Amino acid sequence: MQKEYRSVTEISGPLILVNQVEGVKYDELVEIEMPSGKLRSGKVLEISTDTALIQVFEGTEGLDIGLTKIRFKGKSLEIPVAKEMMGRVFNGLGKPIDGAPDILPEKSLDINGEPINPYARDYPNDFIQTGISSIDGLNTLSRGQKLPIFSGAGLPHSQLAAQIAHQATVLKKGESFAVVFAAMGITFEEAEFFMESFRETGAIENAVLFINLASDPAIERIATPRVALTCAEFLAFEKDTHVLVILTDMTNYCESLREVSAARKEVPGRRGYPGYLYTDLAMLYERAGRIKGKKGSITTIPILTMPEDDKTHPIPDLTGYITEGQLILSRELHRKGIYPPMDVMPSLSRLKDKGIGAHKTREDHSDLSNQLFAAYARGRDVRELMVVLGEGALNDVDKQFLRFADEFEDQYIRQGVSDNRTVFETLDLGWKLLAQLPREELKRVKQSEIDKYMPKESK
Amino acid sequence: MNKGKGKITKVSGPLIIAENIPGARMADVVRVGEQKLIGEIIEIRGKDASIQVYEETSGLGPEDPVETTGLPLSVELAPGLLGTIFDGIQRPLAAIEKESGAFIGRGIEVPALDRKKKWEFKATAQKGNKVKTGDILGTVQETSLIVHKIMVPEEVEGEITDIKSGNFTIEETVAEIQGAQQLHKINMIQKSPVRKRRPLKSKIAVSEPLITGQRIIDTLFTIGIGGTACIPGPFGSGKTVVQHQLAKWANVDIVVFVGCGERGNEMTDVLLEFPKLKDPKSGKPLMERTIMIANTSNMPIAAREASVYTGATIAEYYRDMGYNVALMADSTSRWAEALREMSGRLEEMPGEEGYPAYLGTRLAEFYERSGIGLCQASEERKGSLSIIGSVSPPGGDLSEPVVQNTLRVVKVFWGLDYKLAHKRHFPAINWLLSYSLYLNNIKKYLKEKVSPEFEGLRIETMQLLQRESELEEIVRLVGLESLSEHDQLIMLTTKSIREDFLYQSAFDPVDQYSTLSKQYLLLKTILFFHSLAKKALSEGKELSSIEKIRSRQLIAKARFIPEDEVEARIKELEEQIKSEFKSL
Repeated sequence: MQKEYRSVTEISGPLILVNQVEGVKYDELVEIEMPSGKLRSGKVLEISTDTALIQVFEGTEGLDIGLTKIRFKGKSLEIPVAKEMMGRVFNGLGKPIDGAPDILPEKSLDINGEPINPYARDYPNDFIQTGISSIDGLNTLSRGQKLPIFSGAGLPHSQLAAQIAHQATVLKKGESFAVVFAAMGITFEEAEFFMESFRETGAIENAVLFINLASDPAIERIATPRVALTCAEFLAFEKDTHVLVILTDMTNYCESLREVSAARKEVPGRRGYPGYLYTDLAMLYERAGRIKGKKGSITTIPILTMPEDDKTHPIPDLTGYITEGQLILSRELHRKGIYPPMDVMPSLSRLKDKGIGAHKTREDHSDLSNQLFAAYARGRDVRELMVVLGEGALNDVDKQFLRFADEFEDQYIRQGVSDNRTVFETLDLGWKLLAQLPREELKRVKQSEIDKYMPKESK
Repeated sequence: MNKGKGKITKVSGPLIIAENIPGARMADVVRVGEQKLIGEIIEIRGKDASIQVYEETSGLGPEDPVETTGLPLSVELAPGLLGTIFDGIQRPLAAIEKESGAFIGRGIEVPALDRKKKWEFKATAQKGNKVKTGDILGTVQETSLIVHKIMVPEEVEGEITDIKSGNFTIEETVAEIQGAQQLHKINMIQKSPVRKRRPLKSKIAVSEPLITGQRIIDTLFTIGIGGTACIPGPFGSGKTVVQHQLAKWANVDIVVFVGCGERGNEMTDVLLEFPKLKDPKSGKPLMERTIMIANTSNMPIAAREASVYTGATIAEYYRDMGYNVALMADSTSRWAEALREMSGRLEEMPGEEGYPAYLGTRLAEFYERSGIGLCQASEERKGSLSIIGSVSPPGGDLSEPVVQNTLRVVKVFWGLDYKLAHKRHFPAINWLLSYSLYLNNIKKYLKEKVSPEFEGLRIETMQLLQRESELEEIVRLVGLESLSEHDQLIMLTTKSIREDFLYQSAFDPVDQYSTLSKQYLLLKTILFFHSLAKKALSEGKELSSIEKIRSRQLIAKARFIPEDEVEARIKELEEQIKSEFKSL
């Protein structure tokens, strides 16, 4: 028989303090019965002798001292998982909210998971084609990679994520694919946009959605990505599925973390975020990967909005230290009306070199992307120079690079929301744009590659 | 009731407090709870002991038992270390995988080293020899590259009464030493507490460069053998690639690589790549001289704190055998954050940015474990330990406490620059920001082993690069055309220095490693061209005609010349430069 306590002594922010408890364990799941009879859940944050500090996921509104009943469940927060979760919608704690009946669980898993042994990992070197040139051509995504999108308020990161979700394919055929989507504190419209786009493309069949909206309890957000990743691990490593996990918006998640930390009166780190933010984020991001001998994989795309577009803000900063690169969206390109507004220069995919090349995409991929980077960088430098010195100061070669940069943005980076380019189309487009530059300026590509791939008429 | 055991009174994340642990001593290892999780006592107040637990603590609660092992956190030192990958508290990850599968479970107890494997021990000392701590009793061919020397353990001194060659496991007795009070049975395994440094008999000053094959490092910002260096830089600036390059190519005998709170996939990359890479000197797989400690960012934070010490102790052990050892720690910021987190949980008064006040002392203690000197032994045996730590400052801000405290103790600073990284200039080490304090120490070596002119070339290069940054300011304001032809020539030469010398591909099979003599020849050629061009200009020749000289293209490709051809081809190139200038 479970013991029930009525000894709540303190309620403050998302936390409650319970006295005279016995046999309570750290990180244990707690059930809270409100005076109204409604149930809430929480977890033990700290336990000392007979006092337990509990974080309540659904918020503490309506709790009182005296009538509120507390029951400790003797296990940490677990969610039931099953293959039939695909196509369903859940709340941030993993309870169905689509009106359909509860799932029949195949297993019940601790949402905290366990760290993957680095020795058991397999290296992410399978190219994923997203159909987006600025990703496939320049900063490629690999299976098992964690590649965040750094965005800002008002930029179209949702469109981009949705487009990646429904276009992402690998060049090998016949493998099962799923999307796990976790929304943390985003607005109803944004969530609806994702669901609509999944429905439209039919991707909803293979998607599991965990939705915590801006109006839902903030503390629940701390559990949401963990719930989603637990589901993803089950699908990937037990059901041989290639899972793409989209976490949006990580900034809201971190705010909730800060709220709990402040309520506990912890010593704050930078900008009031707790000192363990790095570790906490790593526990989420590092759940991506491949495991030797398992068919499935987890590829994670966390989305975060940088406050004031500041890359040095703790959230993007710490994320960048954990993830394998980042895709950065540019407000400048967005203003120019270019979608996706990918800022390719500071964007980076650390795993790029291992996922591309002769047997994966095409032999010229690596050199070509380096050449495009170099040429675009030069074009942008010329553009800056022109602002200061005027067009008259440019020589002919400079002008060619300037035109290249403009066309590169207009044709290569810009593409429609349903424009799905194969990697070969992307590569050929790169060569077509390079064709307008003087041959002797193309130092990063080999002559043999120019002979083979450069469009003939311009040679 | 649990006899001889204390009990938990409080659990807060990785920190627990337990009372009445019999025999509790500061810094001893304890076993916590029914699962016997590994922890370490970090504070004692009255009957309460604060313990940091090296594994996830969920499921622990008050009344759970705690018992002490009576020993400080130690590592096992014996043949079998090389080529192995451990976690932060020296548990081999391969054995953990066997025990708990692809995910790391809790309370796993695996021996650090294989107890069953037989090693061939060759006795080098003889019966009747008088020996003391550090003296070599015999050797074991640990890998085809490295001979493991079995040394007399600490606090043992006396006369060998028995010693035999043969095949032994690490726990079997190989020698007996009659001490003043007792007879010591010696096997091949030693235990050494990780937080205490293994002393050298005496330290000596650094006098030789640690050759890494990386041109910007070896030529401009050299680290000495037995020295210290740090690599701070924002994310994406290539810290880890530089660390990997050093681990691959540094001219040391043994590399200990500590992946401290970094990415899992990066460790996997090293794990998959190193066995395939060959040591440039011996042609043997690099893994045979490498030991890895991997405590990735999602593994328990307390073990992350311990991981750098585990690495340092193993490194010192090989140094004591008389080897040159390099320890790479990637990244010390994650280690400092682990300190900060534990300090916060202990409710200590925070220092700068929440880091504990003792951050500086801890960092200094760690880097001071480096050095070159005479090992503890009767014979004269020289060994060295060089430490290279990367730092990940938040937002790339070099004024933050971890960078600043590190700079106070290290002698070499390789400042990474994200602007260079964006331009895809690698290694993205900023030449205006970085420095090395070993340049005087290694002067003599370079003069004798490479060329008397090398130092002059380096100084000239730095002057040119400094001048370039001043000229760039002007160009930004008024354009390149407004510079005098001499200044434009400087810009031309520094572009060549940057692109044809400092830029180095980590992926090209030839370019990724340059010997010192190749570095010297490359730099000499670039500056030779510069001096001829300067002369030509003052003789009234046009800069535009100098720009068209064909051998410039050859200079640009010179870094791809294989080592064995480099001398002859650079000579040819110099002749060509000379004749082309003549025919201007």
